[in-house]
Amino acid sequence: MSEMIDSTIRSAFPEAVLDSTEIDGVLNIKLAPQFLVGVCELLRSADNLSFDYLADITAVDWLDRIEVVYRLTNLVSNTKLVIRVDLDRSNPEVDSVTGIWKGAEWQEREVYDLMGVKFTGHPDLRRILLPDDWEGHPLRKDYVIPD
Amino acid sequence: MSSRIRTEFVEINMGPQHPSTHGVLRLEVMLDGEIIVDVKPDVGYLHRGIEKLAEMRTYVQFIPITDRLDYLSSMLQNAVYVGAVEKLGQIEVSERAEYIRIIMMELNRIASHLIFYGAMGLDLGATTPFLYGMREREDILDLFEMTCGARLTYNYFRPGGVAADLPTGFYHKVKSYIKKQRERLPEYDDLLTNNQIFIARTRGVGVISSEEAINYSLSGPTLRGSGVAYDVRKADPYSVYDKLDWSIAVRNEGDTLARYLVRMQEIRESLNIIEQALDMMPPGKLQSKTPLRLSLPKGEVYHHIESSRGDLGVYLISDGSEKPYRLKWRSPSFINLGALNRMARGWKVADLVAILGSLDIVLGEVDR
Repeated sequence: MSEMIDSTIRSAFPEAVLDSTEIDGVLNIKLAPQFLVGVCELLRSADNLSFDYLADITAVDWLDRIEVVYRLTNLVSNTKLVIRVDLDRSNPEVDSVTGIWKGAEWQEREVYDLMGVKFTGHPDLRRILLPDDWEGHPLRKDYVIPD
Repeated sequence: MSSRIRTEFVEINMGPQHPSTHGVLRLEVMLDGEIIVDVKPDVGYLHRGIEKLAEMRTYVQFIPITDRLDYLSSMLQNAVYVGAVEKLGQIEVSERAEYIRIIMMELNRIASHLIFYGAMGLDLGATTPFLYGMREREDILDLFEMTCGARLTYNYFRPGGVAADLPTGFYHKVKSYIKKQRERLPEYDDLLTNNQIFIARTRGVGVISSEEAINYSLSGPTLRGSGVAYDVRKADPYSVYDKLDWSIAVRNEGDTLARYLVRMQEIRESLNIIEQALDMMPPGKLQSKTPLRLSLPKGEVYHHIESSRGDLGVYLISDGSEKPYRLKWRSPSFINLGALNRMARGWKVADLVAILGSLDIVLGEVDR
């Protein structure tokens, strides 16, 4: 299954896949950020893939980059897939996947709020858990906790 | 020439302390007369930054904080976090502990659904069901209290097992609770499920199709009410769920009533699970080797379980030290609430309370 997913993406987007590994038996694919939405559209619509369920979006601060992690599931076959993109830490920006999965709307707002990643094309990118006038993004490793 | 009277939209606030919002939640509702045009939930009033707190605590120190997320099913919050730690640290759990865990998780699921049952009635103006739900929940809380000393925040799961073995008399007390609960479920149905007013307020209200429910990443009874038979206990069995005989509760209607009926069915299924687990539980000591100081190997893990509210996940990254490098809490309440606007638009403002109630959110888990 993993090989099929990998090769389907590579044949449609030859330059998109930067790396692919398996963690706990789940295929993890690192994409070049500019291909994210294109690949996700393919993952959802291709008959042999149909990743219809976006289980989770989150981001990790690795100090030299921000990594956004998308966790997908095909609810019929229960196949899982993890998509990752590395973003520039000083200006993390990536296209929104809200056009593909509506469930991304709140999850992207959360990542924006707590990690400061901008999702271009998001219909309503505002802070969600913290007040609108909050400064900084608390899940960044260099965030200084106010007294 | 249109004879329609021109009206203006009115924006009203529901909450943050409105009784029907189930906690501190504010809804900005845009109304055209009494028809809902738009609902913007404003969340975060209970945000405590638990993902950041996790980075500042050791793996064992974080367990009591998980109790404070979905505080109506704290056992399940313990379970998902400890499960992730065990998966990454490859810590073995004794079989007896697995069965004890299942009994606790399912009892907690019932306790949570009993609150849902009562609150759902209360939201629609029926006060009696709440008293019934709370009465039986009290029996479950007594069982928890005799096991771990707490009635709400249990701090009971440990990497490798549980904090203490079951106390004397637990077996018979659970058995008599199960019997009592089974006898009383038909009373619940007489009071609410078959109540004409309740049915009129919920049937066909706030419908969401299975395609949309999936697209909005819904999970738990909210997803299963729309005809999607997805339950993590079956899809990715953890603990010893694959050894037990039970079925997924699912309804096809996708309305408020369907979401209610799924939870009522789940209470019955959970009773079956607990009964089986009690009989299958091997005797003997717990034999869990629970390390007090725990450092996990470098790496990452994603672990998810079926909580009372849905697909509850923990993404844990370790840098090899005693504290998590990053912990992400996949909260089903938060994601389910994200679809409220879609489900409530076009319905009357009075239906909003019913639709919100049928999502069964807990704000502690929404805000984290």
